[in-house]
Amino acid sequence: MAIARFRAPRLLEGRLTGAASIEAFRKLNPATLWRNPVIFVTEVVALVATILAVRQFTITGGEHNGVIAQICAWLWFTVLFANFAEAVAEARGKAFAESLRRTQLETKAHRLISEYGDATEDVPSSSLREGDIVIVSAGEIIPGDGVVIEGIASIDESAITGESASVIRESGSERSGVTGGTRVVSDSIKVSITAKPGHSFLDRMIRLVEGAERQKTPNEIALTILLVGLTIIFLVVTASLELFATYSGGTIPMVFLIALLVTLIPTTIGGLLSAIGIAGMDRLVRANVVAKSGRAVEAAGDVDVLLLDKTGTITFGNRMADDFIPAPGTTMAELVQAALLASLSDETPEGKSIVRLATERYNASVDPATVERSIEFSAFTRMSGADLHGGEEVRKGAVDAILAYVSGDPNARARQTAPDIAHAVERIAKAGGTPLAVARAGKLLGLIHLKDIIKPGIRERFGMLRQMGIRTVMITGDNPLTAATIAAEAGVDDYMAEATPEKKLELIRSQQKEGKLVAMCGDGSNDAPALAQADVGVAMNSGTPAAKEAGNLIDLDSDPTKLIEVVLIGKQLLISRGSLTTFSIANDVAKYFAIIPALFIGVYPQLQALNVMRLGSPQSAILSAIIFNALIIIALIPLALRGVNYKPSSASALLRRNLLVFGLGGIVVPFAAIKAIDLLINAIGMA
Amino acid sequence: MHTTDYLQFAAYAAIILATTQPLGRYMAALFSGQKTFLSPILQPVERLIYAICGVQENAEHSWKRYAGHLLLFALIGTITTYAILRLQHYLPFNPMGLPGVPPDLAMNTAVSFNTNTDWQAYSGEGTLSYFSQMTGLAVHNFLSAATGLAVAIAVIRGFARKSTKTIGNFYVDLTRGILYILLPISIVGALILVWQGVPQTIGGSVDAQTLEGARQTIVLGPVASQEVIKELGTNGGGFFNANSAHPFENPTPLSNFLENLLIFLIPAALVDTFGRMIGRRRQAYAIYGAMGILFIFTLSIAYFAEAMPNPALTQIAGYDPTQGNMEGKEVRFGLADSVLWAVTTSGSACGAVNAMFDSFMPLAGMVPLVNIMLGCIIFGGVGAGLYGMLLHVVIAVFIAGLMVGRTPEYVGKKIESREVKLALFALLATTAGTLILSSIASVTPAGVAGLGSAGPHGLTEILYAFASTDANNGSSFAGLSDNNIFYNVMLAATMLMGRFIVIVPILAIAGSFAAKKTVPTSYGAFPTDTGLFVALLIAVIVIIGGLTFFPALALGPIVEHFALSAGMGY
Repeated sequence: MAIARFRAPRLLEGRLTGAASIEAFRKLNPATLWRNPVIFVTEVVALVATILAVRQFTITGGEHNGVIAQICAWLWFTVLFANFAEAVAEARGKAFAESLRRTQLETKAHRLISEYGDATEDVPSSSLREGDIVIVSAGEIIPGDGVVIEGIASIDESAITGESASVIRESGSERSGVTGGTRVVSDSIKVSITAKPGHSFLDRMIRLVEGAERQKTPNEIALTILLVGLTIIFLVVTASLELFATYSGGTIPMVFLIALLVTLIPTTIGGLLSAIGIAGMDRLVRANVVAKSGRAVEAAGDVDVLLLDKTGTITFGNRMADDFIPAPGTTMAELVQAALLASLSDETPEGKSIVRLATERYNASVDPATVERSIEFSAFTRMSGADLHGGEEVRKGAVDAILAYVSGDPNARARQTAPDIAHAVERIAKAGGTPLAVARAGKLLGLIHLKDIIKPGIRERFGMLRQMGIRTVMITGDNPLTAATIAAEAGVDDYMAEATPEKKLELIRSQQKEGKLVAMCGDGSNDAPALAQADVGVAMNSGTPAAKEAGNLIDLDSDPTKLIEVVLIGKQLLISRGSLTTFSIANDVAKYFAIIPALFIGVYPQLQALNVMRLGSPQSAILSAIIFNALIIIALIPLALRGVNYKPSSASALLRRNLLVFGLGGIVVPFAAIKAIDLLINAIGMA
Repeated sequence: MHTTDYLQFAAYAAIILATTQPLGRYMAALFSGQKTFLSPILQPVERLIYAICGVQENAEHSWKRYAGHLLLFALIGTITTYAILRLQHYLPFNPMGLPGVPPDLAMNTAVSFNTNTDWQAYSGEGTLSYFSQMTGLAVHNFLSAATGLAVAIAVIRGFARKSTKTIGNFYVDLTRGILYILLPISIVGALILVWQGVPQTIGGSVDAQTLEGARQTIVLGPVASQEVIKELGTNGGGFFNANSAHPFENPTPLSNFLENLLIFLIPAALVDTFGRMIGRRRQAYAIYGAMGILFIFTLSIAYFAEAMPNPALTQIAGYDPTQGNMEGKEVRFGLADSVLWAVTTSGSACGAVNAMFDSFMPLAGMVPLVNIMLGCIIFGGVGAGLYGMLLHVVIAVFIAGLMVGRTPEYVGKKIESREVKLALFALLATTAGTLILSSIASVTPAGVAGLGSAGPHGLTEILYAFASTDANNGSSFAGLSDNNIFYNVMLAATMLMGRFIVIVPILAIAGSFAAKKTVPTSYGAFPTDTGLFVALLIAVIVIIGGLTFFPALALGPIVEHFALSAGMGY
């Protein structure tokens, strides 16, 4: 899965890091920071600690000045590191947006003056409004998102998709959508503009990656609630501890209590939460998918059923030659050579596939010079082929047509053919294929088996989806027999044959009624109702405006298999959040064992027994915990940006693995890390 | 450490396991509106009650109406109890001529019994008339237990139903709980206890001439009837101040064993009812498993800590270290029965005691404290244990769901921000309340004035009082003199908070689940009926609870444990 088509910047590129560091300070502004409650609380208590420290140094005087100063510094570092994480994610998005913006050059548009006639005026592209009609000719840049209303053209979309091969866009077809910033390579088209200025896909992508349009998704909101709840409870724990300490006859410096609070509240996930979200959106955009809302990405991670069109997604769009079946009395070589001769000048995908099969698998070769005249396929004869020098005729075509041709009797039927051939014809049809007959010099030589070729690797992908618990349903207009064969070969879980847009919509509704989340992709106007009904609707960018309006994700590459990538990105986003939350909470266990004995050892020397890490002194213990707490944010930034490793597997296996790595790991790692920091602190005499 | 101890534990577990399914099935049938074997006798009574009270049997309530009726019912009950206690000297059945109960104590007691806490700031035999005991307290032993049961059933319906607004009729659930479950078992149980020697009379006390020639007043009363519901309804409010350590409440090892069984009887069976009513019995086994593992774990800690010789006594001549710590225990029950009782009474929200935790070894005494701090969810109070556990399940499922990259779902219900918010509020508001109020008590002169001990042990007493009232457990660590205005008011507030700040959000969750579609089990969602989930659930309970209470515990029982090991007592 090549997601990154645009080069993703290296995780912490020097230039980005510099800009992000400055941004981290700017983000200290409480007016914006309050949106991140955990870090906001950290900032507030850091401020309180600093004021208390300054008061102690200047007016009241007191103990532990050195340690208190260091704690205050690390409290601020904690806030800055969290801000930095967000800033890095945003900076990466901004850098990407820059590269997108470069494609969004101001161009001149030839706008029709009136609906009637072809008279145009030149206006800047930024002044185009919805409904304006422009003419774009070869070599020109399409001035805005729109739909082709007249003509056909090949278009270079590499500016958007990175794909160098140009694509065909045609009015009235399912592929009539064009994107601003792409270039017309040949011909001339009339385009009706569909996007307001500043609301094109490109603009939307730019806003998405810059984080400007980021709204919290439902799951993110639920998680934020959990984090706020934990923050409040730890505020209460710390506050009550002050009173319990008083009861126990000890006093704890306020700054130490603040250190305890900050280590306990989930600063790790709190600091990384928005970075994870931005990075997830970033990955989506890099996969050339524009999300209309973050909700759609999350829903993608939740999908139960995937509806996939057969053509283009599961199979290549065209049938291809798969096998040759010689008639009795004919050798394979004779058949292959005849088939090759009959297809030499056949430019259709089927014809090309016959040539490829004959030359590649059977090493057949013929001299093109032997062909005197090639015969084009016509709907009337339903045959094509070639007349050779010397008058010999080679033909291939529909079985009926060839039989009629060889018998010289237009009404000839299969009953006159050898039973072996009739049998083979039946077998091919049953397998969902199409038989073509080949004749040379008035004699039937055999059959070519044309079949739907399943895209390589698609079976494995469906297996992967099944492991994730997602059912795949193939949608096809084929008859049930053919559909069943292809479904079995492709490894989909279910299929819908002879599908119509209404049946498709009905299927989605019935699945949703069972409580399942359904995803589908589509491009045509008749897909629009189904796209709108589906929980996740991926519209192809090449599709009609109606389809694009109905979908909640738009794939700029117009690649139907992209749905699978979207699902993976959605899941990875959720998993990254969940895993780091677990890690963050699990970390608290070790921090308690570091700080609680340190705070109360003066009152109850027996609590030394809880100092399982054998930290050097109470001061170094507190300092180590707060340093660990700050540094772990920095240490996890790459993970937050990259996303947690996600291999599709069953939910149980996934849960077991993540619980082990982030749950158990989250308990164990800080014990080791805090001990190491403590050793260092004592070695260099910081406390 | 004796083989007989283990045999007793095993027999206890075996009987609870054996009763779980039959009683669970019975309750599931009852609350689904099906006929039970008692229906021919009880249905006419039930119909009569509805006719008198004007209850429409088939009119179901939305969660808001359900909660509204419940709150109103509790309010009326509390006011009535308060009035009875204040006016008991004008009311009948007061052979000893006891005066009216002072306002703060009456308020505390009224709240205590209406919240199923049964915190006893009073001494039963010396303060309350028989009328007060029976109509003020024993009645609420039934009503408050049935209320908890009704909430649990409403919550189960929330999980079981789909796309509907209603979760049942509070009065119907309440009536059925009392009529078909609590009363029949209580009647049978009381007869057995009378056979074992528990008094049941409304005559006055008996004056006796002791051997030394002194005169002694022996208080009797309707003890047996109140004793059964005390355990069965996980109430815990004893007729006598010494509770189930008193020979009239709990005369023999057999009565002790039976009373102990009654504590877990309904809470354990209710988990099975949950599985049956949602049609996914394996889900219930997972919850049962989590509760069972926590039970075995806490019982082991308490037992081994208690069976160790007390280091403070080993130097004393004549001390038999194999006896373990027998201080504060009834010799007729011995160490094993006392420890088992301590764990069940704290795991459930019962709060009846047959030994004084104050005299337990620090770690053994910490076990009931921790059980209570976790919210009494090891089978728990009648109804309260299950719905309390389901709050933890919501949080555990939410965290697990995030880790597998899916919006979490539990028994077919998607858990979204509304449910997370409500569950967190219910869990955290009460624990925060416990910490805030107990820390205030620990530094207030009125709060420390009543302490039986100084230092860490005193702190444990305070923590225990607040945790116990918050979890509606009602057991006391003993040692704390709590019948004063300060504690009566503070603890009444804690009881109300612990009861209703949990019930209202959980009913809201039930309402929101009932309104949701039920999602078919998908391979992509992680299963919540496996060992892995049980482990996760336990981890969530222990870690969240531990993170909240560890600092307080460190200054209480933990430091005392290390001090005692070093030969220092408080």
